[in-house]
Amino acid sequence: MELTTVWFILIAVLWTGYFVLEGFDFGVGMLMPVLGRGEQGEVRKRMLLNTIGPVWDGNEVWLLTAGGATFAAFPHWYATMFSGLYLPLLIILVSLIVRALGFDYRGKVDDPTWRQRWDIAIFLGSAVPALLWGVALTNVVMGLPIDAHKEYTGNLFTLLNPVGLLGGVTTVALFLTHGAIFIALKTEGDVRHEARRLSLKLGAVAALLAVVLLVTINVSTGSVASWIASVVAAVALLAGLSAASREREGWAFVGTFVAIGAAVATLFLALFPDVMPSTTNDLFSLTTTNAASTAYTLTIMTWVAAVFTPVVVLYQAWSYWIFRKRISTHHIPATSVGAPH
Amino acid sequence: MDAVDIARWQFAIVTVYHYFFVPVTIGLSVIVAGFETAWLRHRNPEMLRLTKFFGKLFTINFAIGLVTGIVQEFQFGMNWSDYSRFVGDIFGAPLAIEALLAFFLESTFLGLWIFGWDKLPPKLHAACMWLVGLGTVLSAYFILAANSWMQHPVGYRFNPVTGRAELNDFVAVLTNKVQLVTFPHTITSAYMVGGAFVMAVGLWHLRKPDVGKNASMYRRATRIGAWFTLVSALAVMISGDLQGKIMTEVQPMKMASAEALYDSESSNAPFSLLTIGSLDGSRETFSVKVPSLLSFLATGRFDGPVKGVNELKAQYQKQYGGDATARVFSDSYTPTIPLTYWTFRLMIGLGMVGALIALAVLWSTRRDLIPRHRLWFWAVLATPLLPLFANSFGWIFTETGRQPWLVFGVMTTSHGVSPNVSAGEVWASLITLTLLYAALAVIETKLLFRFIASGAPDFEEPVDPANRDEDAPLVFAY
Ligand code: HDD
Ligand code: HEM
Ligand code: HEM
Repeated sequence: MELTTVWFILIAVLWTGYFVLEGFDFGVGMLMPVLGRGEQGEVRKRMLLNTIGPVWDGNEVWLLTAGGATFAAFPHWYATMFSGLYLPLLIILVSLIVRALGFDYRGKVDDPTWRQRWDIAIFLGSAVPALLWGVALTNVVMGLPIDAHKEYTGNLFTLLNPVGLLGGVTTVALFLTHGAIFIALKTEGDVRHEARRLSLKLGAVAALLAVVLLVTINVSTGSVASWIASVVAAVALLAGLSAASREREGWAFVGTFVAIGAAVATLFLALFPDVMPSTTNDLFSLTTTNAASTAYTLTIMTWVAAVFTPVVVLYQAWSYWIFRKRISTHHIPATSVGAPH
Repeated sequence: MDAVDIARWQFAIVTVYHYFFVPVTIGLSVIVAGFETAWLRHRNPEMLRLTKFFGKLFTINFAIGLVTGIVQEFQFGMNWSDYSRFVGDIFGAPLAIEALLAFFLESTFLGLWIFGWDKLPPKLHAACMWLVGLGTVLSAYFILAANSWMQHPVGYRFNPVTGRAELNDFVAVLTNKVQLVTFPHTITSAYMVGGAFVMAVGLWHLRKPDVGKNASMYRRATRIGAWFTLVSALAVMISGDLQGKIMTEVQPMKMASAEALYDSESSNAPFSLLTIGSLDGSRETFSVKVPSLLSFLATGRFDGPVKGVNELKAQYQKQYGGDATARVFSDSYTPTIPLTYWTFRLMIGLGMVGALIALAVLWSTRRDLIPRHRLWFWAVLATPLLPLFANSFGWIFTETGRQPWLVFGVMTTSHGVSPNVSAGEVWASLITLTLLYAALAVIETKLLFRFIASGAPDFEEPVDPANRDEDAPLVFAY
């Protein structure tokens, strides 16, 4: 296989890893106001936060690696995409900043106003990137105005077209479902059951949106492989929801995990061999060959990735194993241990 | 201001800001790991208390280091897309490797450390923090390799067909001679900050009237921090001296402007400690000079020759200045001299004063002494800030002293900026990020002070992960 193809696949894998992992912690963040309500609201919120506490940062590094790998393997892709999607990326950055600090700082001061503000930060910091990543990625796959110098010539409103927005809403719905099932898997008691019931409703909406989105994309730029990936996504999502309805949360999570993974795979398969198709002129499209680094750089990067990616996956999986126990309200200490004493 | 200037301001602001938190992370990670290892070896409860105390301060600081790092990763593509296209073949690799090798390590094992007190066997738990420390050093290595390449490009060739710089020797990039002196200098100056932080926090508590039986614990922290600072300072001086020589060799203009030396000196060039008057070379009203020191810093010999700004400028104009549209064209080839002159001095000066205070602290806390004089209060407040600002000034010196080059001898800064990003967009991000960062600085400072003031937690017998009650509350929870 061509090295450029190998790297296209690796970058697709990194983005897939990012969406299947950070997807559920975005979901948890968005569901905090819903599942963290009621008399026991505060304890419930903290319970939800602790389901993702040890892992969200590791999940986010998949994004940093995807960004770095794109820079290294396809500098033109990195340059065109990051300068072209300037304002959405700025908004994503701000969201990710306030969200991460929300996780870390929320419990550090015992004051309802303080916590409330960080709750808003966590909610928006999860919902906004979930939406914008969907918009951005869908637009990249469907094509953007790119000129002969590989520069994006549109603006923010170019991105806000119906298909792009559909992509955004779909990722939000998918992540909500994924997050709800993750919560059902990781908690005990009322929250677990509420989350599971909620996941069925959210899942139905997500399935509908995802089918429309994936068919639209496949019809316009799909290949046999991308159609197959879409079918896998649909089957996995339905199987996951059916497992959720039978209280088999582990299998349900596998279902949404595979569904999101296959949906992202659909996008990348539909994209290949372009990396950023141009709607201005086919000849201006960025492809795996005209956007790539040299064979020398790609060879080095391949070795590094081949040796270290398995190691990373192993220790990250091990950390999930260490924190595999369900959490319930009685596990939550009376005062946040983060607070000063 | 045009888009280039705004993008430069933005880069400078967000990078210097990121680098306020980075040295603390680099330094504290190994100190906390050391405290925990000491606890496991000697079972001295004080050590566990210090581990938890500084561990918590570490996480508060880490959070901001992390979020500001994400901006760093994105901004090359956002604001400097022409630069990214031109050097991506070389520059992208260390960045990607940094994420794969270092960021995963840091984030995963820090998660395990924070939440794993009752879940991991004690030795493994301590090992997690050592791995975080290793991650910080790896992260520094790869990002500095990228930066050193910009200071002194090696291991590449320019490809006229693709119009970009292409890698042909990755080992040369990783063992760039600039990198080999920059890395130890940067790591040890970060360790100075970590040490000074621990020392200052310890001393602040030690001097409190109600310190009581905690005195021995805080004395320990103070002295460990002070030793850490001093030893690191020594290494900083040695590596900094080496850096000066390499710098003079690869970027003589930077050394000339660090000294505001306009006319070449054939031997025994003096080093001025401070100068009052104008630094544009027209007037000098007052200046304290150490004879021959500049020659020594630059060449290792007291009678070595040092080239001046005027000679170098003429030389660069001849070498690069032919074609006004070329990637290497600039009207000046000279950095902003007052900036390089003062930042170089402030780096050395502030850092060294910090080291002297650490020495004085060691002396005044010997045996059972507790330094009581009021002046110590200010010393305590100032010591972590001195090496921290020395770090900032060091970077401002290094980066602005390279100007007008973005990649020395290969591309000037104005050629690297994103051509399709409007000044309005860059303004929007400059203003947004600056305001956000300012707000975060306030929150962060408040939190740090609160947690510092609350002191080390009381000793609690650690939970044995092997036979822990599954229904007991979590030992750490958000
Ligand atoms: C605690 C902080 C600190 C202290 C006390 C010093 N430095 Fe430093 N210095 C840095 C922190 C730093 C830094 C922030 O880490 C820099 C910026 C880039 C780098 O490589 O390290 C730096 C850069 C830097 C450079 C520029 C390298 C280049 O641009 O190629 C030189 C020549 C020196 N240092 C030399 C010294 C000398 C001779 C020192 C005193 C004896 C000294 N530094 C003390
Ligand atoms: C963390 C330590 C660093 C600090 C504090 C720092 C600081 C700065 C500053 C102050 C400027 C502005 C110079 C000017 O406008 O005259 C600058 C420029 C720049 N630096 Fe660094 N830098 C750091 C590390 C790096 C690293 C590691 C890289 C690359 C990997 C880098 C790449 C750049 C680039 C691309 C510019 C272009 C913008 C410009 O020249 O204005 N810097 N940096
Ligand atoms: C301009 C170039 C830089 C980029 C692109 C960059 C990128 C990043 C990113 C993305 C993170 C967050 C990692 C995480 O999620 O754990 C981070 C943190 C970190 N960076 Fe930077 N960084 C830059 C400059 C520097 C420099 C010059 C150093 C050291 C010499 C450094 C050392 C670190 C360390 C030790 C951390 C982890 C500790 C912390 O989060 O505070 N960085 N950086």
